[in-house]
Amino acid sequence: MNTTVANTVPTAPTDFYCVQEPPAHNGTLVGFWIYLMSDCFIFASLFVSYAVLGTNYAGGPTGAEILDLNGLAVSTALLLVSSVVFGFAMLAMQKRNKGAMLGWLAVAGILAAVFLSLEVREFLHMIAEGAGPDRSAFLSAFFTLVGTHGLHVTVGCLWLIVLMVQLARFGINDANVRRLQCLSMFWHFLDLIWVGVFSYVYLVGVLL
Amino acid sequence: MSAKRLLGLLLVPFALLLGGCHKLVLLHPEGHVAQQQSDIMISTTIIIALIIVPVLIAIGVVAWRYRASNKNARYDPKWDHSSQLELLVWAGPLLIIIAVGAVSWIGTHKTDPYRELDHTELGHAADAVVKPLKVEVVSLRWKWLFFYPQYGIATVNELAAPVNRPIKFHLTSSDMMDAFFVPDLAGMIYTMPGMQTQLHAAIDKPGKYKGLSSNFSGDGFSHMHFWFYGMTKKDFGKWVAKVRAKGTDLTTGAYLKLAKDSIDEPVHYYNSYASGLYTRILNQCVVPGQVCISHHMMHSAKAPNYWQGDHSGEETAGETAASDASTSAAAPAAH
Amino acid sequence: MPNRSEIWNFLFGRLTLDSFPFLHNNLEGYIVLAVFIPVCLGGIALLAAITKYKKWGYLWHEWFTSVDHKKLGIMYMILATVMLLRGFSDAIMMRSQQAISFGPNTGYLPPEHYDQIFTAHGSIMIFFVGMAYIVGLMNYIMPLQIGSRDVAFPFLNNLSFWFTFWGAITFMISLFVGKFSTAGWLGYPPISELTHSPGVGVDYYIWGLQLSGIGTLLTGINFVVTIIKMRAPGMSLMKMPMFSWTTLVTSGLIIVTFPILTATLLLLSVDRYLGMHFFTAAMGGNLMLYINLIWVWGHPEVYILVLPLFGVFSEIVPVFSRKPLFGYASMVYASVAIMVLSYLVWLHHFFTMGSGSAVNSFFSLTTMIISIPTGAKIFNWLFTMYKGRVEMTVPMLWTMGFLFTFTIGGMTGVMLSVAPADFLLHNSLFLIAHFHNVIIGGVVFGIFAGVNFWFPKAFGYKLDEFWGKLSFWGWQIGFWVAFGPLYVLGLMGVTRRKSHFDDMSLQIWFIIAAIGSAIIAFGILAFIIQLVISYKRRKEYAVGNDPWDARTLEWATSSPPPAYNFAFVPNVRERDAWMDMKENGYKRPLTGFNPIHMPKNTASGLVITTLCFLCTFALTWLIWWLAVVSFVGVIVASIHHTFNYHREEHIPADEVHESENDPDNWALENQSVSA
Repeated sequence: MNTTVANTVPTAPTDFYCVQEPPAHNGTLVGFWIYLMSDCFIFASLFVSYAVLGTNYAGGPTGAEILDLNGLAVSTALLLVSSVVFGFAMLAMQKRNKGAMLGWLAVAGILAAVFLSLEVREFLHMIAEGAGPDRSAFLSAFFTLVGTHGLHVTVGCLWLIVLMVQLARFGINDANVRRLQCLSMFWHFLDLIWVGVFSYVYLVGVLL
Repeated sequence: MSAKRLLGLLLVPFALLLGGCHKLVLLHPEGHVAQQQSDIMISTTIIIALIIVPVLIAIGVVAWRYRASNKNARYDPKWDHSSQLELLVWAGPLLIIIAVGAVSWIGTHKTDPYRELDHTELGHAADAVVKPLKVEVVSLRWKWLFFYPQYGIATVNELAAPVNRPIKFHLTSSDMMDAFFVPDLAGMIYTMPGMQTQLHAAIDKPGKYKGLSSNFSGDGFSHMHFWFYGMTKKDFGKWVAKVRAKGTDLTTGAYLKLAKDSIDEPVHYYNSYASGLYTRILNQCVVPGQVCISHHMMHSAKAPNYWQGDHSGEETAGETAASDASTSAAAPAAH
Repeated sequence: MPNRSEIWNFLFGRLTLDSFPFLHNNLEGYIVLAVFIPVCLGGIALLAAITKYKKWGYLWHEWFTSVDHKKLGIMYMILATVMLLRGFSDAIMMRSQQAISFGPNTGYLPPEHYDQIFTAHGSIMIFFVGMAYIVGLMNYIMPLQIGSRDVAFPFLNNLSFWFTFWGAITFMISLFVGKFSTAGWLGYPPISELTHSPGVGVDYYIWGLQLSGIGTLLTGINFVVTIIKMRAPGMSLMKMPMFSWTTLVTSGLIIVTFPILTATLLLLSVDRYLGMHFFTAAMGGNLMLYINLIWVWGHPEVYILVLPLFGVFSEIVPVFSRKPLFGYASMVYASVAIMVLSYLVWLHHFFTMGSGSAVNSFFSLTTMIISIPTGAKIFNWLFTMYKGRVEMTVPMLWTMGFLFTFTIGGMTGVMLSVAPADFLLHNSLFLIAHFHNVIIGGVVFGIFAGVNFWFPKAFGYKLDEFWGKLSFWGWQIGFWVAFGPLYVLGLMGVTRRKSHFDDMSLQIWFIIAAIGSAIIAFGILAFIIQLVISYKRRKEYAVGNDPWDARTLEWATSSPPPAYNFAFVPNVRERDAWMDMKENGYKRPLTGFNPIHMPKNTASGLVITTLCFLCTFALTWLIWWLAVVSFVGVIVASIHHTFNYHREEHIPADEVHESENDPDNWALENQSVSA
């Protein structure tokens, strides 16, 4: 492992330090990406819980009886389109086109908000039917997994609003670009999780 | 046996200070399975000691030999690598672990609590008819309920079995997680609500052995013990007769009363019990009107266990393990 | 429960005068009162002293709002030391209860109280002593070792500390307001479920851990990014000091495991708060799900604790053997191997659940395999001493204690990893003895080694040797006297967590163990005396920037280091960078400084976490209005923080020049105290 500089080379004192301050590396994007990976583990735990408890109906309704695939298709489409729209916003940001960027962001946010309202409606409907999270272990796992995703989307929407205000007020500066890149990652990440929820909970739960 | 004695000396030199005062039961238990487990524990300890003891000595010797004040010792301020030594550093522990791992692998299969004991293992003739004694165990807060389905009797906080006869335990819990442990008989096994575990064991010598719960369960935990009697065949017959004579009927109502929290519950005998009581306890539906958890799965016939096929990621084994347990709840008689 | 008016219920939830145990007219009440009064008096005296000497401003500006990794590191260490005293008092109470509670004597602690104590002892020692100490050490040392000015996210670092702090406060408050959990340090259901623990104890436990867990997760992310992005030029990963390597590995483990803890506790809390059925068997729940998940976090957690200390020993052994670390590359690989393997062993905590021989033998093997890289490390330390000049300084003494104690703990660990043996030893006092053997022998000894080693770096004077040695022997002897008997008792089939025993013949062993804990108490006392005496004699014990003639970059700057750590960012050429500098004619530059960018202090961390704490306290006591208000407060404060775009400031070149030429900072430059 002797890959080191030979000691015999005479050294100037300045070899040991940087005379000029080296450029700073901003780690925000890496850090946020790592955060998302750690968030994956929260969802992984919830998926595992659902896998273990997913058919423990305790005499209550099954997935096939209560889950509505048609409404789900709409929700999924909303979220996926929202992700695409967010991509348009990022393109507009790169062109430093503030108006278009804010417009696209608003559309992405509205789509996500509609998604959320559909989810809340589904939840309220299920609870009204007596299929609330306290009915069976299956429903506990269902509500917790889907609800945690929904909470993430809510946080994303709130963040989006705050960031839009900041973009409008302070313009497309370095810090705001970084923040928007983080939010963009978050947005796509939630889409990815939703694809998992969609295929694992809804499709498998209803079709199999 | 001499290896055991030797280990007793190695492990706990000061145990001899009070020699004979109390038995180190895990080093010489009286049950067929516990003995094997104990032997495995001792032999693996000896194998590990083969590397640990020299290392401990070497640490002392090297630190002393190369102390700063010893100018006679060789000093090599740049020496930080040697391929041969690195090989040794990794190969030494590896070899030991291969040896210990092999013993553990074989032992884990051999002493698996789910493995049925063959009566020939216990020294009976191959053509002898020795049917295992079936015992259904329920842990309650904070006492033990034992059913003997072959005899139609049940007891609380007292367990008996004939020596040299395989015992087949099925275990569950009303609503707490406990562990059934008779140190002399066999290793412990959890009892969990809504799930069933199994244990196979046999006791070698007649005697009175301590049994306990070894998993914390709240206020009465310290007192959650019972006596296990190893008996000759004849004595066991007498004991069954005694239970029948003295016992009462364990109705569903009596069970629900028994199941309430109590500490230091005295021994009870029951000469009969409500039919299917154990299965209903296992399925969490003793109280009339409760849905049995075996019925949770009523829809699962059309929904195959798709989740068990998804074996990716770190959680896989945990997932399998947990679903194992729930499978056994769904089909308590499957094992 | 007395009838309370609706307005009371609204204002205070389930909090009543009855919730204060020190007002109870029974033994437990008196015990708590006996703790409460001195704590109150001490607290008042402390606050009065701070006010009298007008130190509030100083504390606020220099410490509470500081984002300097060095100050946060010290605050973590102080928190950990205070919590060590708390956790150890619990230990003393347990040992004394078990020593007297035999036969007719039921001791002085009823089970309900005893159960709270062992639960608190376990969780405090892991989360607020072990974790706080290692995070403190990593915080202080790692950025210095990699030649960085701070961590990647200084504000997050401050936030993490306050999360941990409020988590600890949650645990401490449970002592005087309400009760703590009785469900054991991992809060297994069903005993932690609402039916069996209807009180506030488990809620305190959940929220305390959630707060500190978030803090730890953020720390993990912070450290990984720091190491990826902020190493000094020239420091490739394979030139990075071992302690920084283990920090990286530990932080990686934190990132992949702490979210699982968060999720698991979330499942438990929705069971308790929303009536869900994750773990209630009658409605289809499965408690083994909890136990699997919590150990998927829990087993890596013990490696999270011990790996940084492996790093500490890897720094200390070469310095005091006057030789480079033997087998650096193999140490790195071993650490990474331990990181990966630690994720594949969790099931060995419940071989006895009946998962079948195939599963059990798999996990038995993976567990044993971990001992291979660990064994390799022990050998590497041994060969580092070989052909060296070993100086038995206090840090080295702790290291020797570690090598002996930990190796034996490793041996009993391999015994427990053998599944058939575990069926006998599981949940026994043998198990207790084993994990104290590795946690005290590995983690605690490592912490004391590290504290003695780096104290001169942080404060500019070294710790008293005499009391340091006494502290070491107190711990070392006390450990064996306290836990030797537990090994024996375990082999007698005695189970843990019992508050009473029938078999009088066991008593002598518990009495010996209690004496052992008293000897450890002496070790702790000696440590505190060591700190006090060293502080008093700080002029006499003052040392230069490099008192041990050490090898890594943290010793290249002054002791204590300036806020900016290094006037010029070091340029790393070799693994032991500072040794290379010393051997090749490095001269500390005295002119030509540049202005330095540094992060600004902020109160946001303290504000946000205080509101979080209020919210969780309100949730514990079901004070809904406060929960809502403080939750909204958290969101508002967080948003407010994001409107702050000016988070950096310049230290002008003149100021750096002045500091680097200040004789006070560099009085004893490069003066080594060792022979």
